[in-house]
Amino acid sequence: MGTLSVNLLHICSVDSGYTRSFRNQFPKKRNLLLPIPVLNKQKRLQFAHSSFVCSAALAVMTDEEKKVFDIESAASLVKELRGSFNSGKTKSYEWRITQLKGIGKMIDEREKEILEALRKDLSKPEVEAFMSEISMTKGACKLALKELSHWMKPEKAKTSIATYPSTAEIVSEPLGVVLVISPWNFPFLLSVDPVIGAIAAGNAVVLKPSEIAPATSNLLSKLLEEYLDNSSIRVVEGAVPETTALLEQKWDKIFYTGTIRCIHLSCKEATIVVKLSRCFSTFRSPRVGRIIMAAAAKHLTPITLELGGKCPAVVDSNVNLKVAVRRIIAGKWACNAGQACVAPDYIITTKDFAPKLIDVMRHELEEFFGKNPMESEDMSRIVSVQRFKLLTKLLDEDNVADKIIIGGQRDENRLKIAPTILLDVPEDTEIMREEIFGPLLPIITVEKLEESFDVINSKPKPLAAYLFSENKQLHKDFVNNISAGGMLINDTILHLTVSSLPFGGVGESGTGSYHGKFSFDTFSHKKAVLYRGFAGESPARYPPYTLGKLKLLKTLNSGNILSILLALLGFSKD
Amino acid sequence: MGSGVHGMEGGGVEESLAELRQTFRSGKTRTASWRKSQLKALLRLIHENEDKIFEALKHDLGKHAVEAYRDELGVVEKSANNSLSCLDEWMAPKKSKLPWLFFPASAQVLPEPLGLVLILSSWNFPISMALDPVIGAISAGNSVVLKPSEQAPACSYLLAHTIPLYLDSKAIKVIEGGKEISQQLLEQKWDKIFFTGSSSVARIVMSAAAKHLTPVTLELGGKCPVIYDHLSSPSDTEVAVKRIVGGKWGPCNGQACIGVDYVLVEEKYASQMIEMLKKTIKKFYGENPKQLQNISRIVNEHHFQRLRNLIKDPLVADSIVHGGSIDEENLFIEPTILLDPPLDADIMTEEIFGPLLPIITLKNIEESIEFINSRPKPLALYAFTKNEAFKRRILSETSSGSVTFNDIMVQFLCDTLPFGGVGQSGFGSYHGKYSFDNFSHEKAVLQRYFILELEPRFPPWNDFKLNFIRLAYKFDYLGLMLLLLGLRRD
Repeated sequence: MGTLSVNLLHICSVDSGYTRSFRNQFPKKRNLLLPIPVLNKQKRLQFAHSSFVCSAALAVMTDEEKKVFDIESAASLVKELRGSFNSGKTKSYEWRITQLKGIGKMIDEREKEILEALRKDLSKPEVEAFMSEISMTKGACKLALKELSHWMKPEKAKTSIATYPSTAEIVSEPLGVVLVISPWNFPFLLSVDPVIGAIAAGNAVVLKPSEIAPATSNLLSKLLEEYLDNSSIRVVEGAVPETTALLEQKWDKIFYTGTIRCIHLSCKEATIVVKLSRCFSTFRSPRVGRIIMAAAAKHLTPITLELGGKCPAVVDSNVNLKVAVRRIIAGKWACNAGQACVAPDYIITTKDFAPKLIDVMRHELEEFFGKNPMESEDMSRIVSVQRFKLLTKLLDEDNVADKIIIGGQRDENRLKIAPTILLDVPEDTEIMREEIFGPLLPIITVEKLEESFDVINSKPKPLAAYLFSENKQLHKDFVNNISAGGMLINDTILHLTVSSLPFGGVGESGTGSYHGKFSFDTFSHKKAVLYRGFAGESPARYPPYTLGKLKLLKTLNSGNILSILLALLGFSKD
Repeated sequence: MGSGVHGMEGGGVEESLAELRQTFRSGKTRTASWRKSQLKALLRLIHENEDKIFEALKHDLGKHAVEAYRDELGVVEKSANNSLSCLDEWMAPKKSKLPWLFFPASAQVLPEPLGLVLILSSWNFPISMALDPVIGAISAGNSVVLKPSEQAPACSYLLAHTIPLYLDSKAIKVIEGGKEISQQLLEQKWDKIFFTGSSSVARIVMSAAAKHLTPVTLELGGKCPVIYDHLSSPSDTEVAVKRIVGGKWGPCNGQACIGVDYVLVEEKYASQMIEMLKKTIKKFYGENPKQLQNISRIVNEHHFQRLRNLIKDPLVADSIVHGGSIDEENLFIEPTILLDPPLDADIMTEEIFGPLLPIITLKNIEESIEFINSRPKPLALYAFTKNEAFKRRILSETSSGSVTFNDIMVQFLCDTLPFGGVGQSGFGSYHGKYSFDNFSHEKAVLQRYFILELEPRFPPWNDFKLNFIRLAYKFDYLGLMLLLLGLRRD
């Protein structure tokens, strides 16, 4: 990370006079971001054509010049959506249901295209894509359809004697026009899942999918236009300039999912970096979560940040090792090749147990991905050249390269890295300081498993923490002493498929949560409503103030009914 | 002096925070017994220092003791008692439902403290706006730094000097100071910042928080409107007017974030209402505006001048129908009513936060919805009406932190209702359980076992696995059975 920031600053200082508009060069440069092998020339042109155009504006804009999505376009987009929102139509139950059904229909009818886009962007195996993206999104949509009427119902609240007689309720109301910025690793799920929450809560939405998964971004822009109400739901494709234009606007909520690093991938272009650093010059390292929050601060916009972190997996020696290892592999390599915010980032186990664990890992990896994992069709690839280089840089660092005990093979042309396990990497290396977000898995060994708590607590709070153990006391201690967004004992990743659990981070892994009803709540304001009648007037509330009134107030506050009666009758004890 | 250090040097702040972090890490603040002992100590602080607190409030704001008890001490007492009686329930993990497919497994949501939190409080209710969030932070098991507003110096001093005598100063510290100290504090890394104050400062707070990705709660204000529909019964009208007068000039003489900012009324009822307002003001506060006893003064010269400027504009001054006298020496402004001041004047575009009350007349009271919607979302909306259909329209067509029908400010006293804003009036909420939640992270915990493994979760992938997953996500248990028995064809 350190070296990267230096690199960026270097670009800034050298090219600060570089003022050519990215209007002309952007499409060309953009292709640098696209993995070469998956795109033929025709496709490339198609992306260049539509990549930074607001989907709905596509029809009216023919002139190449006009297609730049700048601050003005963003402003007019928000204005238009605000008009729709103010008309009140998105608030109705019927509108929300229609849109949610539209999403359901879209997934059912276009499943093949979605799977195809995911294959193009990440070589995602079909079953994996189906399991982790299509099904999850469909599940979220179905749940929202089923539960929406309950979610929308005002919640009754008790009232106290202080406001007697009265009734109270909490009404969920939409926030307004919201922005969803999604990442490239689960480009379909992590785009549509928050949009489902925003729609369920009755908001108008702009979705900005990640440009680093261009096929999915393009498809989302097409599909949402086709299946959903364009007066209130839009997709804006693009990279840093488009995002910057969007962030300049006033939103009623910004929902951002991302990894700490993804901005670097698109920061290559000097002009963009210069622009970015001008906008957010207070930041030494342009971590996107910070940029988003700082932009939101200008308009006092509430945000949800779904980030990541180094998610630990602690493995005890008393476990069913085969089951544990298979679950770890499923969460690490069979889930987008480790490019997931909840993937186990590193393992902690005891010194004595490590060799056994590694043996079983070697065996099970072979079961899953064959003798030559580089040829396996069952694992996703690395998303881009930049990400590939970052990951290999982590591997090639001194004191790291010689710690590889399984894997290590790589192929830059196909953007593949074999499942790689490292043993006892020093703590001060990049791979142990930064979120890995790829198919590399360091194993850290400790004398006693309890020491793992110190290792975990010495790092920023992760999004997820995993423990494999049969020891009940250890379960308890782990849950009570480790802070993480979520926790899963004896498995990986599964907790985020449970819609009754909030999914979200804490500390460096983010703020706010979603999934199921939590998604609805994230995009709602909980309006407190109190109904009073005209009776039950207590003179103690009003001036002129007297000592008697003070006594009466104190008694009322005590909540002691007898004292209250006595006080009202004038028989106060003191 | 304890740890409530004045004008601490930069190093001092960092040392204090290191100590607080250390205490949090030791796990002591997480125990229910610690939290309860602190809440009890806080109650003792209030009881034993009641007179000193009254005195400080009198000094900073000229608050009468009854007003001070009603809006400050009483609020803190009620809040601490409520937390004490509910704490065990709040701390208990909540079970979550799981689909059968996960069997055997269990899921729960466990509230955990965030860590070290910073509370920046405001000057208008310098005791309750400081201690009420502190109660939430303690209840949730955090260590706390409280930075009281320097604009209420007597209260700030009192808090800094009494809190260390009652509360655990290794976990709870008061740091006094002005802008410089605030800036210094904002540079540090916190696990939560809870801010009560103005939107301009809120921007600074949130920008600073962004550097460390710190979650923030912003309790701001806004122009809280009253919709005054015609009430046919004279006694209801009388109660309504009393509540408006009590809600406007009662709490800190209009210097309250949920105080009434302006009133919307139909043209034909305006003069009758104004007459009743005047009568009630006299009844509550006396005849002679120079010698009003039951009303707070303006906090300081700066705000006094700000308010004076609001009514300086000749067009605005002309619209004054009651009051308007000012006493610069005593920082006092009389309860003042204005009838239809220009809508583009500062008094109608900025939050008033003082004893000036514009009355805006409308042809039809239903126009009030549009009037309110064309302005930033207020923290509170009040409506006096018996028209049920109109109530429903107000609820569904306007947006505000809260809505109270037929009363003013009492929603603040309901611990069962979240208190907080939306849009320009802030975000995040507190009071009662919401305070506890505000300072907690809801940790999702899922427990699995090693028996029963769903093999189709794992690669190498094939069609059988895809089918299995398809059915599993639909929770189609019959289909799954058939598939496993080899009886299902697609």
